[in-house]
Amino acid sequence: MSRRPSTFMLGGRTYSPAASLLLALPFLAMIVLAFLLPLGMLLHESLFVPSFNLANYEKVFDQAVYLRVMGRTLRISAFVTIITLLLAYPLAALMARTRGLLLAILLLAVLLPLWTSVLVRTYAWLVLLQRNGVLNDILFGLHIISAPTQFLRTEGAVVLAMSHVLLPFMVLPLYAALRAIPNDYVRAAQVLGAGSLSVFRHVVLPLSLPGTSSGCLMVFLLAIGFFVTPALIGGPQQMMLATLVQQQVTELLNWPFAGALVGVLLLFVLILVIAFNRVVRLDRFVGQV
Amino acid sequence: MRRTRPAASTLAVSAVAYAVTVFLLLPTILIVPMSFGPDQYLRFPPAGFTLHWYAVYFTDADWIGATLFSVKIAVLTAIAATLIGTLISVALVRGRLPLKRLFELLVVGPVIVPNIALAIAMFLVFDRLRLTGTTLGFVAAHTALAMPFVVFTILASLYRFDSDLERAALSCGANPLQAFLLVTLPQISPGIISAALFAFIISFDEPVISFFISNLDNRSLPRKMFEDIDYNISPTLAAVATMLTALTLLALVLGHLLKRRSNHP
Repeated sequence: MSRRPSTFMLGGRTYSPAASLLLALPFLAMIVLAFLLPLGMLLHESLFVPSFNLANYEKVFDQAVYLRVMGRTLRISAFVTIITLLLAYPLAALMARTRGLLLAILLLAVLLPLWTSVLVRTYAWLVLLQRNGVLNDILFGLHIISAPTQFLRTEGAVVLAMSHVLLPFMVLPLYAALRAIPNDYVRAAQVLGAGSLSVFRHVVLPLSLPGTSSGCLMVFLLAIGFFVTPALIGGPQQMMLATLVQQQVTELLNWPFAGALVGVLLLFVLILVIAFNRVVRLDRFVGQV
Repeated sequence: MRRTRPAASTLAVSAVAYAVTVFLLLPTILIVPMSFGPDQYLRFPPAGFTLHWYAVYFTDADWIGATLFSVKIAVLTAIAATLIGTLISVALVRGRLPLKRLFELLVVGPVIVPNIALAIAMFLVFDRLRLTGTTLGFVAAHTALAMPFVVFTILASLYRFDSDLERAALSCGANPLQAFLLVTLPQISPGIISAALFAFIISFDEPVISFFISNLDNRSLPRKMFEDIDYNISPTLAAVATMLTALTLLALVLGHLLKRRSNHP
């Protein structure tokens, strides 16, 4: 965001194309070594070993066991997206109308989990949900259950822990969108006699849609490729796409098929990003600190 | 202007919002007291107070080795990512970079592509290039992963910085390199430092790629944690988790102070 776009366009360009390319060279070398080359080789493995064939991709869609994993991945990701949206909206709305110390505390409550290791948060859920864990103690104490219940290795536990881990990614874009709505709009609607539900439906909700969709996109994208939490909280019955890929690579050394699974995953991601036609707004996550 | 009293619906929304805040923080906070409990099985409330699990961590060669390895990787990643990131950011904002759109796509690429895809792709290539478990392999992988966050942070401070100052330096006879080093760099240095902080945290906490490119000799702290969580939920992990959370809190406060300084020079 430049205050003087014209100055920026004309006077801001200090470096010639050749000099600019030179500045970009280290980046290019790094991104080729650690991004383009690895992904390219993996996809090559799935398509051209030993010669061009689509057998690996057909296998993904032919066999019921793999279709089930993909269906489960999409289902869990959809649940997680909906749950995080429902939880994030009220929090983002509160943050948007708060200032000062309270806002700082709320922001910290969102950012601390975001920047705390995923492993720490997953471990916390493991401790809470295990057979002799806190949740079982509480439910037993309240006489809701009479014997320790198995929460781990259930789809519910995976959805719960993933929703917790991904919640900050929904709160931040929503907060940015809600905060950008001028308070006058809401007041104008109120002065004209709109009740709070109608203000929400006709003013706040439509204006927050860009933030809502970018939050949903971000959470869904992260969820369909999520590895750590499903791998540790879920069992074989809750296997998701990422855990399946890991199993193919570390246990079966089936690189061509793992490559095909990644190819399908990348295709999902690409379709979603193009369909929403927005690049994930990273500045929302780095700018808030 | 008439001030409206908060409606019942507003209060209800706030109540839900506070409940969500508690939900966000509670799991991690509960671990803290549990890490001081004496039992082999984590329980809440803890049955006593001991620093035993912290002592276990600090005297275990495996834990300390993994931690030192991760610190080394994270420091090198922070340096590499901010160096490379600053150069590409300057090229994007201040240069006439050909194929600018393509470079922008390559910058965001590593966050759009799921980590698991990148992780096994790197596993495949690094295995062939003998980079598995090496410092170079880890730093290259983590630099790519941190790059989007680094570039966005530095871009933001480049945009905030008044480019007229740079032009003034140029018209007073400075060459572009001098203008950058003497005028631009000091102005955007808070942004660069917080970018380095981001890169450090991203590398230090990174679990997925580390899971695949570690080997028996060299493993990062997240890989070690992953193994321990998978095989035994020992209270040592609660001690590690508590220390990591404290470290993150420290980094956030540090980042906040940096941003305040860059906003009010």
